[in-house]
Amino acid sequence: MNFFLLSLIKAAVVAFVLLTTLAYLQWVERKVIAHIQVRMGPSRVGPHGLLQPLADVIKLITKEDLIPPYVNKFLYLAAPFFAITMALLSISVIPFGGPIHIFGDSTWMQLTDLNIGILFVLAISSVSVYGIALAGWASNNKYSLMGGLRSSAQMISYELPLSMAVAAPLLLVNTLSLRQIVEHQAGYYLGFIPRWSVFQTPMPQIFSFIIFMIAAFAETNRIPFDLPEAENELVAGFHTEYSSMKFAAFFMAEYSNMVTVCSITTTLFLGGWLPLWPASAGSNFVPAIVFLLAGAIALYHGLNPVRRRDAFTLPVVAAVFFLLAAVFLIPALQGALLPLFWFAAKTGALLFLFIWIRGTLPRFRYDQLMAFAWKFMFPVAVLNLLVTGLLVALFP
Amino acid sequence: MDVILFLIFAAIAVVCGINVVVQSHPISSAISLIGVMGSLAVLYLLLGAEFLAAAQVIVYAGAIMVLFVFVIMLLNAGAEIRKGRSLLVQVLGIPLLFTFLGLMLYFVQHMFPGTADVHFGGFRHGTALDVGRALFTRYLLPFEVISVLILIAILGAVVLAQKEME
Repeated sequence: MNFFLLSLIKAAVVAFVLLTTLAYLQWVERKVIAHIQVRMGPSRVGPHGLLQPLADVIKLITKEDLIPPYVNKFLYLAAPFFAITMALLSISVIPFGGPIHIFGDSTWMQLTDLNIGILFVLAISSVSVYGIALAGWASNNKYSLMGGLRSSAQMISYELPLSMAVAAPLLLVNTLSLRQIVEHQAGYYLGFIPRWSVFQTPMPQIFSFIIFMIAAFAETNRIPFDLPEAENELVAGFHTEYSSMKFAAFFMAEYSNMVTVCSITTTLFLGGWLPLWPASAGSNFVPAIVFLLAGAIALYHGLNPVRRRDAFTLPVVAAVFFLLAAVFLIPALQGALLPLFWFAAKTGALLFLFIWIRGTLPRFRYDQLMAFAWKFMFPVAVLNLLVTGLLVALFP
Repeated sequence: MDVILFLIFAAIAVVCGINVVVQSHPISSAISLIGVMGSLAVLYLLLGAEFLAAAQVIVYAGAIMVLFVFVIMLLNAGAEIRKGRSLLVQVLGIPLLFTFLGLMLYFVQHMFPGTADVHFGGFRHGTALDVGRALFTRYLLPFEVISVLILIAILGAVVLAQKEME
């Protein structure tokens, strides 16, 4: 029963953190893109627009929930539900950190460790296309149908290079369990180069990493591959006919898929929760130093305010950062917090890359998208897999 | 526990299977077929064949059925119109169905008499390691022959789909 209770608590914590992350990821995205385009971004609701996600949720819940006539009602209602379920499901196998000990119990910072973990994620991602495809079909709208068709064609095409790119690092680590994949990447070459899959001998998986990231952009329907919802061609693509919380479900599914894909990339290629350099060289103090620096900068700008309200808000932010830095220096908590910090830092960096690319790249044309997948990505992925296999066989 | 799960998912598989035939709209049939594939994957999992379960979802539910749905959506196929059944079907249909099911039951009982029940956790050779080892040692020849067969089928499809050259 203890195991049951522990799993329940872990699931609740992960769900809460994930949903909060999703809400604030959208705020971060709007802010970052605004600054790329030399705008302010959300700034009205709360200091620096920090309460904007809450306002958005209230707006979406209270909006009128339209069901257009002549839709296939069952599929129209089931599609957003299916999309969000599948998007939230794969987070259950992601390892966030090593074992922790609370009140005499020892548990891993991971909901469950399947020995087919990575296959489970691939299976979920291959099934999740139905949410979008069926939403497009059931809406009884030509733009929606086009969006659904594009999304299924795109997801089938990019799943091949994605799976090939996943297979290559698996040859190095020799396991399918995500926890063991991370554990296999522990250690350092020459004392400072981490043994992550992207650096690991005999075949550094840098090509797999790049192919995986490109395919991940396509799988999550993000710019430059967001053709299923290309607004200048298809109004809003597959979710044209959806409003209120059903639209929010698609929106959350997209962001949740982004988080999952970044977590998987971190786990497979970037050593999961392992630090950038050994603890003997002082990697344990990195979070505290980062938060101290951030707090110092916030405090400086708070003391020399550009806007009137900065004189109040920025010192508060600085105090929060100093508190976080202090928490990261408590030795009793370091064992649990450091892996979380490294995992969040790597995943966050990748999420920032997603947002950055959305702010800079234009959309592909449809034929370019398909030609790129089949004529470039797939051959390169197969070649990479073959070379990796050969090198692993020659230098075990 | 495993018996209850087996009964639930076996029932879902059978109901979905019947639904594939009964539904008049191709999309509904396709979705029922996805339900069959998903429940089969759970049944594999109950038997301890976890790799097979994952492969079932990835290949059948994820790839093949997506293609089915894609083609149905692309052609925008509507609901089919039912024609009246012929007299032969009306008279012989149900008796023939039961005869067929009875024969199946008889042969299964006859060929595997008194087989012990399979229980969850009783079979421990369904991991990716075991499946891979079996494929690359004992079943290497059939595996390679099938891959060549599929290659030939793909080439055939390409030739058939190719536009006529002047």
